[in-house]
Amino acid sequence: MKNRLKVLRAERDWTQAQLAEALDVSRQTINAIEKGKFDPSLPLAFKAARLFNMAIEEIFQDEAD
Amino acid sequence: MSKANQADKNDYQNRNCRNTRQLRNWTIAWVISTAVAVFAPKYIWDFNTLLSIVGILINIALGFGMLLANRKYLQGLDEMQRKILFDAMALSLGVGLVLGSSYELLEDIKLIPFQPEIPHLMIVMCLTYLIGAITGHRKYQ
Repeated sequence: MKNRLKVLRAERDWTQAQLAEALDVSRQTINAIEKGKFDPSLPLAFKAARLFNMAIEEIFQDEAD
Repeated sequence: MSKANQADKNDYQNRNCRNTRQLRNWTIAWVISTAVAVFAPKYIWDFNTLLSIVGILINIALGFGMLLANRKYLQGLDEMQRKILFDAMALSLGVGLVLGSSYELLEDIKLIPFQPEIPHLMIVMCLTYLIGAITGHRKYQ
């Protein structure tokens, strides 16, 4: 699964640690999601969507698309 | 940890530090109570039945306390950290089951002269868990 987390975070000038705190996860988890090594659960994806005030599919896309 | 350091950490880190400390304390207490239950009957109270039973009951109670602390620790982790540890536990359980049955078989078919000991299996499972956890963390780095 691809995602735009790194771009969205950079646009807001947030660090990985700040995003991790906002989503209540570890910085390592943010790093793994940004690198595409770990796919977040639906609740975490929805939490990120709410945080960025975007639709979930605007942040996360299926590789096949 | 100083209060200044704690203030620098976010809720997730603070919660994990607290849960880790609790798990560490319960584990230390359980290890000490295990040592007491094993060695005290022989070296301290000369196999007094009542004291031995009390020692074992305390050991079991602290063991369950450690299990609950571990459960709380796992529930406090985020989903990726939890997955890493669950994968490590699954690996440890599988290796323990396979090697444990083979180890027991070795004695049955007279390939080893001694009785298989549970602590040997516990050491293998702990090492496998450790390797699984380290490998999992490296995988998602």
